[in-house]
Amino acid sequence: MSTLLEVSGISVTFDGFRAINNLSFRIGTAEMRAIIGPNGAGKTTFMDIVTGKTRPDEGRVIWGEKSINLLKMNESQIARAGIGRKFQRPTVFEDQTVLENLVMALKKTRTPLSVLGYRRSSDDIDRVEALADEIGLRAELPRKSGELAHGQKQWLEIGMLLAQEPRLLLVDEPAAGMSPAEREHTTALLVEAAKTRAVVVVEHDMEFVRRLNCKVTVFHEGSVLAEGSLDHVTANQHVIDVYLGR
Amino acid sequence: MTKLILIGLRAALFWMMTALVALAQTPIQDLLQTYQTEVAKPSRKSIDTVVDALIASGLPETRQVLFKWQNKDLFQRNEDGLFFFAEDAGNDSYRLIDIATGQSVGEYDRKAVTQLKPNAGVRGVIANALVQFQLTDPDPIKRARGLQAIERNAEPSHLKALRASIDGEDDPTLLARKQRLERILTISYDTDSAARVAAIESFSTDLGVDARAALNPLLATTRKAAPGLPQGQNVAKTLKPGSDDLSRSAAYDLLVEARLAPPLVPLSEQKAALIANIENGQVGGIKLRQLDNDAARARAYATLAGQGLAPPTVTEADIDAALARHVFYDLYTEPDSAVTDAAEKALTSIKTRVGLNQALDLALDGLSLASIYFLAAIGLAITFGVMGVINMAHGEFIMMGAYTGYVVQQFIPNYTVSIIVALPLAFAVTFAAGVAMERLVIRWLYNRPLETLLATFGISIALQQIAKNIFGTQARPLTSPGWLDGALVLNDVVSISYIRIAIFGLSLIFLVLLLFVLNKTRLGLETRAVTQNPRMAASMGINPDKVNMLTFGLGSGIAGIAGVAIGLYAKVTSELGADYIVQSFMTVVVGGVGNIWGTLLGATMIGFLQKGIEWLNPSNTLAAQTYMIIFIIIFIQFRPKGIIALKGRAAGD
Amino acid sequence: MQKPFFIRNPSVMIFVALLAAFTIGVTILSQGFGIDVISTSMVKTLGKTLCLCLIALAMDLVWGYTGILSLGHFAFFGLGGYMVGMWLMYERTKAIVVNSLAEAPLPPTPNEIREGIGTQIFGVVGGAEIPPIWVFADSLTMQLALVVLIPGILAFVFGWLAFRSRVTGVYLSILTQAMTLALALYLFQNDSGLRGNNGLSGLQNIPGAEGVPQSELSVYFLWASALALGLGYVLAAWIVGGKFGSVIRGIRDDEARVRFLGYHVESYKLFIFTVTAIIAAIAGALYYPQAGIINPAEMAPIASIYLAVWVAIGGRGRLYGAVIGAGFVSLVSTWFTGGQAPDIPLGFYTVKWVDWWLVLLGLSFVLVTLFAPKGIGGLFDLISGRIAPNRHGADLGPGMGSLREQEAEK
Repeated sequence: MSTLLEVSGISVTFDGFRAINNLSFRIGTAEMRAIIGPNGAGKTTFMDIVTGKTRPDEGRVIWGEKSINLLKMNESQIARAGIGRKFQRPTVFEDQTVLENLVMALKKTRTPLSVLGYRRSSDDIDRVEALADEIGLRAELPRKSGELAHGQKQWLEIGMLLAQEPRLLLVDEPAAGMSPAEREHTTALLVEAAKTRAVVVVEHDMEFVRRLNCKVTVFHEGSVLAEGSLDHVTANQHVIDVYLGR
Repeated sequence: MTKLILIGLRAALFWMMTALVALAQTPIQDLLQTYQTEVAKPSRKSIDTVVDALIASGLPETRQVLFKWQNKDLFQRNEDGLFFFAEDAGNDSYRLIDIATGQSVGEYDRKAVTQLKPNAGVRGVIANALVQFQLTDPDPIKRARGLQAIERNAEPSHLKALRASIDGEDDPTLLARKQRLERILTISYDTDSAARVAAIESFSTDLGVDARAALNPLLATTRKAAPGLPQGQNVAKTLKPGSDDLSRSAAYDLLVEARLAPPLVPLSEQKAALIANIENGQVGGIKLRQLDNDAARARAYATLAGQGLAPPTVTEADIDAALARHVFYDLYTEPDSAVTDAAEKALTSIKTRVGLNQALDLALDGLSLASIYFLAAIGLAITFGVMGVINMAHGEFIMMGAYTGYVVQQFIPNYTVSIIVALPLAFAVTFAAGVAMERLVIRWLYNRPLETLLATFGISIALQQIAKNIFGTQARPLTSPGWLDGALVLNDVVSISYIRIAIFGLSLIFLVLLLFVLNKTRLGLETRAVTQNPRMAASMGINPDKVNMLTFGLGSGIAGIAGVAIGLYAKVTSELGADYIVQSFMTVVVGGVGNIWGTLLGATMIGFLQKGIEWLNPSNTLAAQTYMIIFIIIFIQFRPKGIIALKGRAAGD
Repeated sequence: MQKPFFIRNPSVMIFVALLAAFTIGVTILSQGFGIDVISTSMVKTLGKTLCLCLIALAMDLVWGYTGILSLGHFAFFGLGGYMVGMWLMYERTKAIVVNSLAEAPLPPTPNEIREGIGTQIFGVVGGAEIPPIWVFADSLTMQLALVVLIPGILAFVFGWLAFRSRVTGVYLSILTQAMTLALALYLFQNDSGLRGNNGLSGLQNIPGAEGVPQSELSVYFLWASALALGLGYVLAAWIVGGKFGSVIRGIRDDEARVRFLGYHVESYKLFIFTVTAIIAAIAGALYYPQAGIINPAEMAPIASIYLAVWVAIGGRGRLYGAVIGAGFVSLVSTWFTGGQAPDIPLGFYTVKWVDWWLVLLGLSFVLVTLFAPKGIGGLFDLISGRIAPNRHGADLGPGMGSLREQEAEK
């Protein structure tokens, strides 16, 4: 399995506080990975760095077969290169319909002029409707996304991620605030997605992580503490000390 | 017969008496008699000889004679032309007093004497001559006055008198002044080249305006053109026509002026000549309607010139040839090259020092402007920086403060007392206005900065118009107390007005005060707590409403005080605040939001920058402001969060 | 497949129809072509109001839809006016100069004409030379091109600098305000080449149309303004109606999210900023020949804030709201400041509206911001029964500040 993303030796400091400390991480092209760790372990900052929101003080972030340096790119370029991100809180455009949200996310040329001249083709509509089916929002397409329930917004956001057709999905706490049934649906969506692309899930909920049934990386104080199957890491004494033991 | 003899005797006696009197003339009278006509009927032309002779005589009465003469108190006895002082003896008669002895020589009818009435020009010359006597006057005040007169209007004759007076001077201040003046007069009037050079060199580190005023004329030049460089004259430099110093046309004009070349015929004269020679709708064989371009007109004129109807034009080749035949040079008015060289050197050295001092002066100016911006912006730094509320009416609060000062002065005529009353009152008024605004408007709009901006802008236009309706559109004066008038003068280049020092002091006080309030007091702690996390603060028992209200009031109150300070040196109008609002925001933004030190740095930078740009382009303060804003826009490119930026997650990404 | 543009946007059809009806109505009632019910000056006022509606439309695009509260769009408006004013003033002065020189014994040379024009135009600022920036002033085509180019380039450069450094929100507003101030101050100088605070005048006289009376010219300009507004409205509706509109509203509500979707937010902002600057400039180019005079005071920062006031009162985030706001406020303002509004005697004091109108405007603006954030346009929601999503007091979402709870356009 070839490597899709390789992060090596990154560090970042905020006003003297070392949020990420010599962290290295890699993931393959079609792989599911869960990241766990206590609050302040650097999970969100790690995602910020990969998506270009935060610049690390040192280290390298290498992407894809052509080994592109992501640190030289801005957020939108990274997104277009194939990294999609879902935030902790659902961030959909509440003022716009589900359809508009999904159309905006569809993988298309993103320059202002081409967007200005864009007309929805029947292919695009089909694609959106297929996605809506997948995330269970087919009936909600003409509704304003602000009117959706919390879980539906989460799905819509996952749907938007999928519409982007990224090669790597970064998902921050997708199951937060969901009912058990909704969680199951979310798990299914992510597992399905991981068949064709890399998916990184940050999650606190061990049950959810267990259901994902994938390799787990444990972050602590800005570095990787342990890596392996969930059973393997939960047996690790360090992990128990810093995280699970508490 | 006896009668005849008697008459003869009497006549002889009289003759003898007059002869005796005449023989007994005093030296001063003799001298005056030598110049009898000039003294009796002085004119601007003749007066100098008389005055010079009087002074040269060194007679002790000279001073008094000149003084009385100047004051129209010198009289001439008609019968023998002798000069006397006089007193009014009543009954239309004068009691004449001998100049040398001070003794009365009897009373004379006013018809028997002539009062000398020199005209104003002559009196001026006399006064100038009298100055040197003042230099040795026992009264130091009079000596000082004499010195002042020379400083203002020096003459070659003063130099000698001044030198003579230095030895006897016992007052150290006056002595220093005299010595300085002596050196200045030496530069201008001494005949000895070495002495002048020495005097010039003594001033090479001096910043005084008087020294520069004495040195500059030495370097005055006149521009000349001649077939060859003159020998034995003090040439400053030779010039090449067509260079930056001397354009071709200016060089040619010099030649024309020196009658070394024929004058050019300007286009307007050519046109006049063409018009004067219109015949049958033609000039010089060319039809009038074809003369709508310069080439055709030139041809027509050439024809006219060929016919001798107009002076010939000078061609470019003529000009070049004429320029090549002559040299052009600047000639010093001062013939002595040693003196001009020394002056050149001294002035260069002075200029360097003046430049340094001007930089210092500029820095002081910048500092005072910075303190004004700081005062205007510091209130904003609290409301905008600490609370995140953008208050477009801040400028109007400044205006309210200024008008408060004006109103107080209407009731309290003593300016000192009124300012002391106005400062706290302005704070109270704008504090109340700020609290009212926070309660009524802003608290509904927290977290919606753009709408706060617009709502407070609405308040701003309303307040401005209300002020206009109450106080009218004309500027109202806010007069500063007398002790704030004037300036602190360090030397002839550097000075700073007391009012600016006061504003500087005021802003320092507020800097310290605010740092104290925000960092050391309960209110400051609560403000920061509420700013960072209102819900958490509320759960800790802090009342965010109260804290917001007080903080906003504080920021607004300071605007009021800034208003009084600004009103003291600017006119109070309803637009006063609007003039400062953009700069104030710039100050806060450039400095970095949320930090008093940032505001200080921002104000300093903007103040110095503006003064610096004004210095580069002194004629145009509008352009200076334009360039400053452009600079700020570019600056923000490099430091989008200001000079002092909050970093990391706290910065609110 | 998408339905045709006009069917998707019925409001555009309604607007264009109303605008056409308005224009025809005014023409019929005008002095120049109709039954002389509306005076020429009133026709001019209406024509100018249409131009103000057009710039309000631009403001709505940039603020209501993209969330950039620009306090600088009146600078572009003024620049547009200056560009067209240069041609108007130059050509008219040229006609006058040529006329007066025709009396001279010799026919004038081109140089003499230029000097004459220079003295005529720049005598007030103590100059006679025609500054280099007037190089194209004798060409209508070039000056019309400059109407678009100069404000466009200025907006592009400024926007590029500002957006590139990620200046947003209030900071950006202050920065745009500073830009306007800088421009106004620059133009206030006598040596700016645009006659300092005298500005350009006599713009109501159109060279080449000396025979046409003002009563007719005013109607022509009304038509031109209405056409520009109509086209501007259709263009704006087209921009915001499609996916582009989706993206810019997304930028308004959550810039970072749009960025992570792979859109280069800065380009979009720059595009909208520049396009609206150009629309503003065109509005200005039509406005000032009707106003007759332009000077730097028109570009003072306060003018741009008024623009924001109009859009806010009309209801931002909806195109017709901006038009209504600009039309309503500027006409009411004309009524109040023109002295037509009756004074209110209070016994001890008489409220003269000329003095108190601004106070009323300022306070009503505060009230609108506080109590009717949807502005006048919100009334249409009442009619159509549109209901915004109810969040039961939940947070406004990540874009706090830029998005009011119900700011939707459709």
